[in-house]
Amino acid sequence: MNRKAQAIVLFLVGGAVLRAGSTDLYLRYVKAGLRPLLLAAGVVLMAAAVATVWYERRTRPAGEDAGEGEDGHGEGESGHGEGEGGHAHREPRVSWLLVLPLFALILVAPPALGSYTAMHTGTALQRPWGFPALPAGDPLPLNVADYAGRAVYDHGRSLEHRRVKITGFVALDGHGAPYLVRMALNCCAADAQPVKIGLTGRIPAVLEPDTWLQVIGTYTRKRTKDPVGGGAIPYLEVSRSRPVPAPRDPYDESWNG
Amino acid sequence: MTTSTEADPTEAGRRDAGDPRGGRFDSSLGLIMLLLLVVVAQGPVRRALSAPVAQSWTTVFTAVVLQALPFLVLGVLLSALIAVFVPPSFFARALPRRPAVAVPVAGVAGAVLPGCECASVPVAGALVRRGVTPAAALAFLLSAPAINPIVLTATAVAFPRQPQMVLARFVASLFVACAMGWLWQRLGRADWLRPPARPAFHGHGKGAAFWASVRHDVMHAGGFLVVGAMAAATLKAVVPASWLRGAADDPVVSILALAVLAVLLSICSEADAFVAASLSQFSLTARLAFLVVGPMIDLKLFAMQTGTFGRGFALRFAPATFVLAVLVSTLVGAVLL
Repeated sequence: MNRKAQAIVLFLVGGAVLRAGSTDLYLRYVKAGLRPLLLAAGVVLMAAAVATVWYERRTRPAGEDAGEGEDGHGEGESGHGEGEGGHAHREPRVSWLLVLPLFALILVAPPALGSYTAMHTGTALQRPWGFPALPAGDPLPLNVADYAGRAVYDHGRSLEHRRVKITGFVALDGHGAPYLVRMALNCCAADAQPVKIGLTGRIPAVLEPDTWLQVIGTYTRKRTKDPVGGGAIPYLEVSRSRPVPAPRDPYDESWNG
Repeated sequence: MTTSTEADPTEAGRRDAGDPRGGRFDSSLGLIMLLLLVVVAQGPVRRALSAPVAQSWTTVFTAVVLQALPFLVLGVLLSALIAVFVPPSFFARALPRRPAVAVPVAGVAGAVLPGCECASVPVAGALVRRGVTPAAALAFLLSAPAINPIVLTATAVAFPRQPQMVLARFVASLFVACAMGWLWQRLGRADWLRPPARPAFHGHGKGAAFWASVRHDVMHAGGFLVVGAMAAATLKAVVPASWLRGAADDPVVSILALAVLAVLLSICSEADAFVAASLSQFSLTARLAFLVVGPMIDLKLFAMQTGTFGRGFALRFAPATFVLAVLVSTLVGAVLL
């Protein structure tokens, strides 16, 4: 890849990262706190592209343009230790792979991890640090992990006689039983893990996986074991439910503290 | 892949371009045509990627690259600063002359580089090129992602009931880093360490040299990062989670299983503590192995080390690091946990 092509790739990758960081797109892949770093990285990559073109023009008088940049001496990978020669350096072929994240970000923009990953990964519910008293409110908004933690590890003591309101996406297991899921994320989607709540009671007749649902319901003693990983999955007795648009940040980042 | 040294440059260039007729391959033109082609074919590409497996693969792949990129850029900037603005004499003065002493000093110095492992690879590469003893630079490479304050804080947050986990992680990681440094000093041969050919950046002023180094490192390490991200996404999509269930019962198998898992998953060292915390069916020692192995060697790092230090180096260094990290975390786990 010659310098001109490298500058194009750097500029486009930088632009794609900058775009992902300046819209909500990046929230599908990484934690919200990474935003300033992403923006900075995008700016640096674009600056490197501009600097490459700038110095290329300055150091090389017009007319000589055709040569140097493309004269390589073998691949960097094979690693023969020269490189002090007068001619410019060709980057190894592996650099071409940088166009893949570019395509992924700009053309495909894959959705946040959803029901497929959720049903292939065991519930990642952990014992919460404690069970602080719940605020007043009816129905009481709770997140998936908070409800599941109280239901499983506090045996629902703080949830008795309360109506709770929980938002998550729908996932169906092999038998079509519905779960309400939220993926918890610490750093990026590669470490995202689901927390699941089984739904029982008045569930809508037709449930599409990956649609976001807000359910209102009460605690029930019923629980089950996740077939993947063997973690405990509590149930919620649903009294009302309605589809809602996907939240701005599809992941639950409360673990980040 | 195996261009011989004696081949004349134009010949090698032709073969690189994969053009059998020997015509010059214009990579700018090729790139533009590739971009156009993909834009035109985006409908079929999107359809092909709409299956759930492919979709989750693409999401994880994008996530790994996007998450690592800022840290890679940080490392590349630091590496360019070292290469251009820090004279070699600085390191000669800052580090003890005897390599055996320089190794632990460099290992502890790893604590000052915040962030995850992607930043440490280019920085260690720049240190080697700047004349730092490879043993010391390698100790830095291994310790930096594991013992910096951000990672240790994350570990403390993830294991609120086991504060000894933070200490165990610090001790085990620092010890493995220093041991690998000393091991390299004793057994390592200079010809294993073959940093790939690098252009001479001097001659056009410091600004030009700085940006040329940034461009070179991003293109190079970035390409290998993409390789690692593809491998990690593939394993995440293919390896079923039930694979782990049987491993948790046997103490020895569980340590090995989590160590291998750390290599395969290639999770950023700032986040791996949370994943380790969720693997609660495993013993604390096994989870310590996960935390010690992960920042030192995983698929993404292996690819990047190959790119920075050469394949001959990575093939020897990675298995040795893995074995030592598993042994040390078992010992430290037995004592501290």
